[in-house]
Parts: sequence; C-alpha cells; structure tokens
Amino acid sequence: MADLSVSGSLRNRLALTLIGGAAVLAILLFFAVRNYAVQVAQQGQNDILQASVTSILDAAVIRNNKVELDLPYSAFSMLATPADDQVFYAILQDGIHISGYDDLVFSAGVSGGNSVFETGKMRGVTIRKISASKTLIGANQRIEIQIVLAQTQDALSDTLDQISRNAAVLGIGFFALAAALSFWASSATIGQLGKLTSSVTRRGPQDLSPFSKPVPREMAPLVTSLNSLMGRLEQSLSQSEDFIAEAAHRVRTPLATVRSYAEATLQRVNKEENREAMRSMIKAIDESSRAAGQLLDHAMITFRADHLERQELDLVALTKELVLRLTPIADMKDLSLTLQGDSVVPYSGDFVLIQNAVRNLIDNAMKYSPAEGSIQVIVSASPSPQITVCDRGPGFPNDEIETLTARFQRGTNATNTIGSGLGLTIARDVAAAHGGKITLTNVQEGGACVTLSL
Amino acid sequence: MKFLLVEDNKDLANAIVSRMEMSGHVIDHAEKLEDATVFVATGEYDLILLDIMLPDGDGRAFLRQHRASDFDTPVIVLTARSQVSDRIGSLDLGADDYVTKPFDHAELEARCRAVLRRRAGNTTTAIEIGGIAFDPVAGNLVVQGQAVTLRNRELRLLELFLNAPGQIFSKNKLSDRLFSYDDDASENAIEVYIGRLRKHLQPSTLRITTLRGLGYRLDLDG
Repeated sequence: MADLSVSGSLRNRLALTLIGGAAVLAILLFFAVRNYAVQVAQQGQNDILQASVTSILDAAVIRNNKVELDLPYSAFSMLATPADDQVFYAILQDGIHISGYDDLVFSAGVSGGNSVFETGKMRGVTIRKISASKTLIGANQRIEIQIVLAQTQDALSDTLDQISRNAAVLGIGFFALAAALSFWASSATIGQLGKLTSSVTRRGPQDLSPFSKPVPREMAPLVTSLNSLMGRLEQSLSQSEDFIAEAAHRVRTPLATVRSYAEATLQRVNKEENREAMRSMIKAIDESSRAAGQLLDHAMITFRADHLERQELDLVALTKELVLRLTPIADMKDLSLTLQGDSVVPYSGDFVLIQNAVRNLIDNAMKYSPAEGSIQVIVSASPSPQITVCDRGPGFPNDEIETLTARFQRGTNATNTIGSGLGLTIARDVAAAHGGKITLTNVQEGGACVTLSL
Repeated sequence: MKFLLVEDNKDLANAIVSRMEMSGHVIDHAEKLEDATVFVATGEYDLILLDIMLPDGDGRAFLRQHRASDFDTPVIVLTARSQVSDRIGSLDLGADDYVTKPFDHAELEARCRAVLRRRAGNTTTAIEIGGIAFDPVAGNLVVQGQAVTLRNRELRLLELFLNAPGQIFSKNKLSDRLFSYDDDASENAIEVYIGRLRKHLQPSTLRITTLRGLGYRLDLDG
C-alpha cells in the first residue's frame, strides 16, 4: 500500500466546492439586500420630495394676475431628517428664476404637472432633486410655475450604511453556517467510505465473505465490485486448495496400487535378482510418493504462508500429538522417540504449518537415525519458542553446515529440492512465515540437531 | 483379530487382504459403503480400515454415522489426499489414526497394532504354547512365568513364527517383513534378531531351528 499514489482529497474537494459556493451565495446575498435597501430608501426619499413639491405647487395661486406663492411650512417640515439634511429649493416662473437658490437647475423638458427625479452634485454634496411644474390658469393668461426641490442624502447614506452592515453580518453568518454545514456534510459522506475501509481492514485474512451491511446507493457499485472481486479470490483460493488435494489423490492412489502389487510380488518371488529389482521398485515408489507429497505440501505451505491462519496454540501439545502419531513408525525401526522440555509453550501461529514443519524434521531424523537409536524432540519457550529435533545419526557434514544453513536462508536451493532438501525447505519456509528461522548443529557425541525457532 | 476393509480399489484391497491374512488376521472386504454398513451390522470387528473416497459416498460420512450409532470399533482411515489439509478432518470425525497412500504395509500393521493396543486396555488375548504366553496386541511375552521385554522387531518376528508354527521362513521373507525398504538392512541383520529371540525363548520348549540354505522354522521341543 506504500506505493499507492494519492491524488487530492475527496473530502477537501467536496468541502472546498461547498464552501466556495457558500461564499459566492453570501456575497450575492449581501449585494441583493443592499441593492434592495437602496431602492427602498431612495423610493422613500422620492415620495417625500414628491409630496413636498406637490404641497408647494398646490400653494401657488394667481391673484391679481400675479403669481402668489406662500411656501407651506409643512412642505419643509416633512423633509426633516435625523441627520439634519440640507434642503434647497428654487422657484421659477416660465423659466425665469424667482426665488430660492439660483444655482439649482430646473430639468429641461418638464412641463404641465410632470415631475422628474435626478441625482446630482451641488456645492460638492450629493443631492436628490425633483423638478416639477404646474400650469396656473388665470384670466387670459397661463403661467407656468416651476419648482426644483433638492435634499442632501446624509440620512439616506446613514441608513444605507446601517443596512449594509446588517447585510454583511447576515452574509458572514450565512457563510459561516454554510461552511460548517459543508464540513459536516463532507465528513459525513467521506465517513461512509471510512466505515467501509475500517470494515475491510478489520477482517481476518481468511474472511472473504461479501459485505452485507447496507451502504449508500452511490457506494453500491464499489461494494458490488469489491464483493465480486472477493468472490473470485475466494473461488480461486479454494480451487487451489482443492487442486492440491486432488493432485495428491491422483498421484498417490495409483502409486499405492503399484506399491501393493510390488510388495505382494516380493512375497512370492524367490530369485535374488528379481527380489532386488522389486525392492528397488518399492524404494523408487516410496521416494516418488514422498517427493510428490512434499512438493504438494510445499505448494500448500507457500500458498498458506501468504495468509497465515494464526491461532493460540501450545507447541508442546502440537508436538505431542505428532510424536504419538509417529511413534508406531519409530517403533517399527526400534527407534525411541521422546518428547522433552517445558510443559506448556504457548504460541500464536498456524497449527497446520508448524505441525507439518516439525513432522518433516522428525521424518528426517528417523530417516538418518541408526537402528535402535534415539530421537529427542525438545520444546522450549526460551530464548524464543522453539522445537529442536536431535538424532544420533551421522550428523551434517561439518564443512557443509555453514553453507547448508546459509543456502537455506538465502533460499537458492531450488535446484536441489527433491529428497531430503525439501523437508528442510518446508521447515525453513514455515519458520520464515512466522518470522523465525531454522538452525542446524552437530552434537559432539554424534548426531544432528535441527532447531525450529519461531 | 477380525478386520473390515472398506476400499474400492480392488488391487489395493487384494494386497491388503492377503498381507493381513499372512499376519494371521481374518479380514472382510467391502467395496462400497452400502456393503460396509451391512458388514458392520452383522459382524463383530476388532478394527475397520476405511478408505475416504468411495464410489457411493464419502468415507467420512460413514465414519460420522458409525460414531453416532455408538459403535466403538476403532477406525483407521486410508487417505490419498494431501497430508496437510485432510488429516485433521478425519481425526476430528473420530478416526483413531490414518495412513496416507501409498503406505508401507508394515506401517499399516504397526498402526493397527498401536490402535488395538490403545483400545484393548487390560483385556488380553494371549497365545499360550510351549511354556510361553504371548499377547501380540499388548506386545507382552511371558516365558515360564517371567515377563520379557521385547523390542518391536523381536515382537514382530515372534508373531510371524507363532502365526505359522512349523513353516519355513527364508531370510529374505523375514527381512522384508522386519525392515522397511529404505532401511538398507542386510539380510544378515536377521541373524541378530533370530539370536535375540532364541535367547528370550531359551527357558521355554520353543526352538527356532536353522535350516541351512532354506531359512528358519519354529519348532516345539518334546
């Protein structure tokens, strides 16, 4: 898993997208609120200016062929604001300035009851002004009375500032809430993946059953693929095991028949050269069945070493079972097979593999042991859990011990696996799979010891 | 001893039957589980040799059924399957032991002996002749009231002679029965065991006679 290339994070990507979206929305919200507020505030000022100008125009009358205009007090009082905005006015009669500020320009094109709003500058201050006109009809005359009314926008901008602040607070609040929700949502979504991951990780090495817990719909294709992959894996694993068992069966059954025939024939044949031939034949059968068995065992062990079925076991009980099982064979050769050492050696390992390794060591010892010799099997817990098998045979050639051990450690003995080599190879592979090793030593009084340390 | 062999391979079965008969056992042969069930129901057996793969089913199913129906006849399974994967299953199902095909007949006999000895407990079936009492199952020999400890090969040699008193055994035949084929034992090694056995039998009236050029024979003196 170390060389898995990681490109970005789904969670960060999701969170960033959601937060980015929230930021854009928050800014849009701010401007929308502010814009609307400007419109509403402007509309309010317009209405008041309109009302004010209307009341002024209403006050204009023709009396004695002259225009009389008494500015109503209410027209200005209604324009009062908390910010003490300034009010400017100008009154024109037929385009001629009569009263008020003469630098307040009447908008062209306004006539007969119309009014026009404008925003502009006057004396360096922003103003909102309304230009309105009214036609007064007297005896034989029509007089156009025009009024310009303007107001500074201090109160308005105060209000707008206030609203902008509130809109900003609203936007930031919205953003913060949305960001928190994004984090929560992306974490919750990725959490589903995390759950799947941990349920894959928690599984034992032998557990290839499909996932049955409900998963979100979007993850279903992934889990389905995973399940089908595991199904295929399980099938191919069990096929391999079946194949090995079946291969053993196919090889051993005919060998058993041939061997039985050879043995039966040997009982009937008296001529010495024929007997010798039959014996060689039986020997060859035994050798090939042993080699086939060991090759298949080795295949099984290589296969199992990849996913050790560790369990709590007692190495002494494991070895005792094996010694009991092999005692009849040892008896046949009048060999004494004894078990010594500690009474309990707990260890967590693969029962089948360790037993197979120890069986190979004892088989080898029995093969090399002289008649009526003794074989000692010693199980001890220190320095590490280990099983030693000692025989009183010829021992290992002294000059080859180093190379034998080294060769096994390096595992380059593949060319020399048939025969006794494979027994040690199996033991070495089993030890290696458990993080241990095998050690070969010669005993001073004669004989060889092989120690399987785990 | 009366054995039942359940094995569908006729050649192998014949070889086992003739070998067991040579060793003085009575052996019935069933080719199928169906026959085996009938045999077990009608005959009393001391031991069952059971193949795992049979034409009409799995020997392990028979074993399970056999154990469930309270028969406590010991069972040795003959298996050709991989040693790593199969043996635990058969032992768990109540088999007393197993041998992996192809097997050495001497090993099969040794396992039969071990299983029978384990099961026999204190019940003895001693052969009494010429001043000795011999229990082949327990491996006990009593000569003129004195218990003698026999090594395994001495025991098997005595058993061979006692199964066929008066028969001449060639050195070759004895050697084949006592040594496995990878032992490289010379036929002269037989003389060592004959010598030891003679010493053990000294106080009795049993004699091992050497017939020059032919072999050995067990005779009863007097």
